[in-house]
Amino acid sequence: MSTPQLSDKTDTLGSLAGALVAGLIFGLGLLLAGMTNPAKVLGFLDIAGAWDPSLALVMVGGIAVARIGVLAVRRRGGTLTGLPLHMPHERPVDRPLLIGSALFGLGWGLAGFCPGPAVVAIGFDYLPAFPVVAGMLIGLWVLPSKWLGR
Amino acid sequence: MNIAWSTFTPWSALAGGALIGLAASVLLLVNGRIAGISGILAGLVRAPGDRAWRLAFVSGLLAAPLVAGLVLPQHVFPTALPPGIQETLRLLVAGLLVGLGTRMANGCTSGHGVCGLARLSLRSLAAVAVFMGAAFGVVFVVRHVLPGAGA
Repeated sequence: MSTPQLSDKTDTLGSLAGALVAGLIFGLGLLLAGMTNPAKVLGFLDIAGAWDPSLALVMVGGIAVARIGVLAVRRRGGTLTGLPLHMPHERPVDRPLLIGSALFGLGWGLAGFCPGPAVVAIGFDYLPAFPVVAGMLIGLWVLPSKWLGR
Repeated sequence: MNIAWSTFTPWSALAGGALIGLAASVLLLVNGRIAGISGILAGLVRAPGDRAWRLAFVSGLLAAPLVAGLVLPQHVFPTALPPGIQETLRLLVAGLLVGLGTRMANGCTSGHGVCGLARLSLRSLAAVAVFMGAAFGVVFVVRHVLPGAGA
């Protein structure tokens, strides 16, 4: 699964339309699920308060349907378009993964926004999302790749 | 444990999750890419090439509220007052932590939480356990240990 396909195909208008539609469906899913409402997200993260378990079901629905896509692409051995398949290589659990995930969890719990919903919230002019996205883009940009061994 | 039944929305949560999984499947089958939002954004702000599909995907995310306004009930759009200076700084720092953390960990709630677990990745399972634990922990501290300290 981790061997990349040998292909020099690049994006076409059709594949870009696919990415646009995927982003649109993804955003609609986040909105319908309530992920773009930080109060609802924090209601899920507050297990000691009045706990709203909804977001656990977002994960269940997302994983179940994404699993179908993963199995389909594995069965075909590639994409429908012939574009190369960029599957992550399975690497061991390492320190950057654990430290990074802890930092991400801190930020998620402080703001009630993870990356996707923050971007979608910009699309409906939700003002608190603007500083979150600004900080996020700086954080994604600032670390040199060689620090991360990439 | 005290469940907030009045705010529990199981069907829209499952349906919204299914749409997210469908979008991840489309991006994988058409573009051969993992729908990890932090990775897609990192590629936009860092990588020299390979921007077109990322821009197309992010454009779809940004356009989703327009389409949602036509097909989803209005209550999917929360409203908020403009944040004050202190609140803006808190949100900026939170965003910075999200950006730094997801870049170090190579993924967020979508890349690890949905796509990674759908691939049965051990790394993603570890990432999800750690970021959920940290998020539960910080909300507990802010809401129950430091009363009056925000959020």
